[in-house]
Amino acid sequence: MGKNKKTYDDMTHFYGRIWILLALAVIFSFPIGACLYYHAWPGIGPVLKGLIGVAPIFWTVGFIEVLTFVPMLGTAGSYLAFVTGNLTNLKVPAALTAMENARVKPGTEEGELVSTIAVATSSIVTTLIIAAGVLLLVPLTPVLNSPALKPAFDNILPALFGGLAVVYVSKNWKIAVAPLIFMVVLFLLVPSLSGSVGVLVPVGALIAIGSARILYKKGKL
Amino acid sequence: MQFNPNSTFLFVMAGFIILFVIAQSLFFLVRSWHRAKELGMDMKQMKKTMISTAVFTFAPAVSILLGVITLSKFLGIALPWMRLSVLGAITYELPAATSTANALQVSLSEMVTDPKVYTAIAWVMTLGIFPGLIWVPLFIKKIQGGLMKIKQKDDKWGDIVMTALFLGMISAFLGMVFADIRQGLQGWIPIFVLLFSALLMAVCGLLIKKCGIKWLENYAVPISMLGAMIFAVVITPVIGG
Repeated sequence: MGKNKKTYDDMTHFYGRIWILLALAVIFSFPIGACLYYHAWPGIGPVLKGLIGVAPIFWTVGFIEVLTFVPMLGTAGSYLAFVTGNLTNLKVPAALTAMENARVKPGTEEGELVSTIAVATSSIVTTLIIAAGVLLLVPLTPVLNSPALKPAFDNILPALFGGLAVVYVSKNWKIAVAPLIFMVVLFLLVPSLSGSVGVLVPVGALIAIGSARILYKKGKL
Repeated sequence: MQFNPNSTFLFVMAGFIILFVIAQSLFFLVRSWHRAKELGMDMKQMKKTMISTAVFTFAPAVSILLGVITLSKFLGIALPWMRLSVLGAITYELPAATSTANALQVSLSEMVTDPKVYTAIAWVMTLGIFPGLIWVPLFIKKIQGGLMKIKQKDDKWGDIVMTALFLGMISAFLGMVFADIRQGLQGWIPIFVLLFSALLMAVCGLLIKKCGIKWLENYAVPISMLGAMIFAVVITPVIGG
């Protein structure tokens, strides 16, 4: 069984790498294809100018996301979720909720399988909903853009994390207290940070791990 | 050649890339499903996982679709459709488009007509986000190896580290909800929505534990999320947000 598991894991890495390399080629095919088809290469200057505005933050947050989410998503879940995107608002909560409901732990083979099934299902459903929405864009746009529905989508993150907080914080409130207080105070003092919440995720994780270590050493966990 | 951001060519390219993502998802889904069967896992629970994940995905997916609509006003549909189905998120793509448009001194209030502006934006979006695809294969084994070492040394502490990671993420997002509090009562709307979502989850928890409504377990997260979104629609006009 041990040997068998190692083989399965190794193959997951093997397939994952092939898919992720193919994904790299595929995503670059769009700008390259558009430039070739329209004979419209933008030149290095304009691209660099645009990139300077976003790359330092995006590349850092991208690296942080890998460090933070890989342990939660597992091997195949990571190879898949980092290609399909929308991690914090969709794939990570989907994987965590699925593992919680199936009563399996992240980091185990069962957790790995449940997480992968959740991430894959979520990716397929998202892609299909967006595709259907694109097909029906003309009749759907006024409905989705209506002022009455705007608050629902403006508040999707508190609506999602309120429920998740009850599940996780109530079970582990001792670990949650320190990072929660820190984050609430930080956002009260510096509201503009809400644009860089991605960078604050590992800060919260480090505070949680630090306070958990102290509690664990004192035998309170 | 006349440039049109909604041309058939661009749609075919976007469609091909999106099919690739569906193929990758199906590949890992089928593979995990077979492995779960092999290990004798409860396949009924796996089915429930799929259904509840699909239900849970609905609202965030519609919110992503809203992002496609936002970007389509100046980039047409093909590029935003592709970017938000693969790798991207509106939080990345909108700043990337804005940064490039500002650098090129182009307004994003109307549809892009210059193909060079369009391709520049497409390049910045792609180059801005692709490193994520390189970090995963480069670091995944090291990260997992480090966690395994922690677990082998002390299994209980390993589990606590994993829990602390989730709680760190949840704390950051819970804290963010308090960012607008100084705007007066309307700044409290996200907090009311958060509390309502938490209340719905607590009610679901009680119904599951005390009344034995087991099926609810798999739908508690989507119910609390959708319920809280409806709550936001109701309270926002009342509060005047």
